[in-house]
Amino acid sequence: MKNKTITTIVIFFFIFVFLIFYKGLNNSNIYKPSNNENKIIPKFSAYSFFENKLINSENIFNQKKFYLLNIWASWCVPCRDEHPLIMSLKGNDKLEIIGLNYKDNNKNAKKFINDYGNPYSIILLDKDGTKAIELGAYGVPETFLIFENQIIKKYIGPLNSELILEIESFIK
Amino acid sequence: MKILKLIFIIFLIFPFHHLKADETDLQNKIIKNLRCLICQGQSVYDSDSEFAISLKLVVKNKINDGLSEKEIYDFLIEKYGEWILYDPKFNKNTYILWFLPLLIFLFGGAIVFKKLINIK
Repeated sequence: MKNKTITTIVIFFFIFVFLIFYKGLNNSNIYKPSNNENKIIPKFSAYSFFENKLINSENIFNQKKFYLLNIWASWCVPCRDEHPLIMSLKGNDKLEIIGLNYKDNNKNAKKFINDYGNPYSIILLDKDGTKAIELGAYGVPETFLIFENQIIKKYIGPLNSELILEIESFIK
Repeated sequence: MKILKLIFIIFLIFPFHHLKADETDLQNKIIKNLRCLICQGQSVYDSDSEFAISLKLVVKNKINDGLSEKEIYDFLIEKYGEWILYDPKFNKNTYILWFLPLLIFLFGGAIVFKKLINIK
């Protein structure tokens, strides 16, 4: 009797362990935090790209409209792919697009803007990558949709046409 | 002139920036406990990704600003979540993690203890 109970427990234990591992097989082991949305954007100050003037973040995100903060660099190939899509968002009254130039060389960045167009109303400089960390970003490209100083949506990696539609549905 | 030379030699012999050695130790201690989120599996200390390089700089700046080790961890957890720490904190999400080995140890101990009593 006792032996039977032990055998049953052992069998169930192994089935349980097997199920856990089996379920884990399909899970991605790349971690992406989801807790960064609906957070107040941190205050920071950065130099602007064209005027080289120190700008406070409080003076940028202060109006009652949507802001799209796009972290980009001229050396980043996916940024080049998403750039036409960001250009297509330009000209919307309810949306202001802000660029954060990440660890870039000024000359190359200017060439990038000249070649592919400038969708940004302001471009901020992040020479050492510390501002991106303050914002909770990983690297380039990364895009934040901000409304009333809150991060509504965060896109890690390049934007695609579906995500552009999603952004447009947000700002409707 | 002699005095100037002497001062110069003293300056060369005792590099004064070494006074900050304990700050570097603290910085290394912190970044060894941080997981690089780009090249997962490496610590920020080991990694040379753009993310890790910037994060090292941020930690250094925070130490210079006078933040404590715990305040720096709290700052990074707020930005990137608990996963960024190799050494998970003790809270309601990690009770099982911390207590399970202890429970298993106690359970095993209880079995051994019972067997010993039975033999007697």
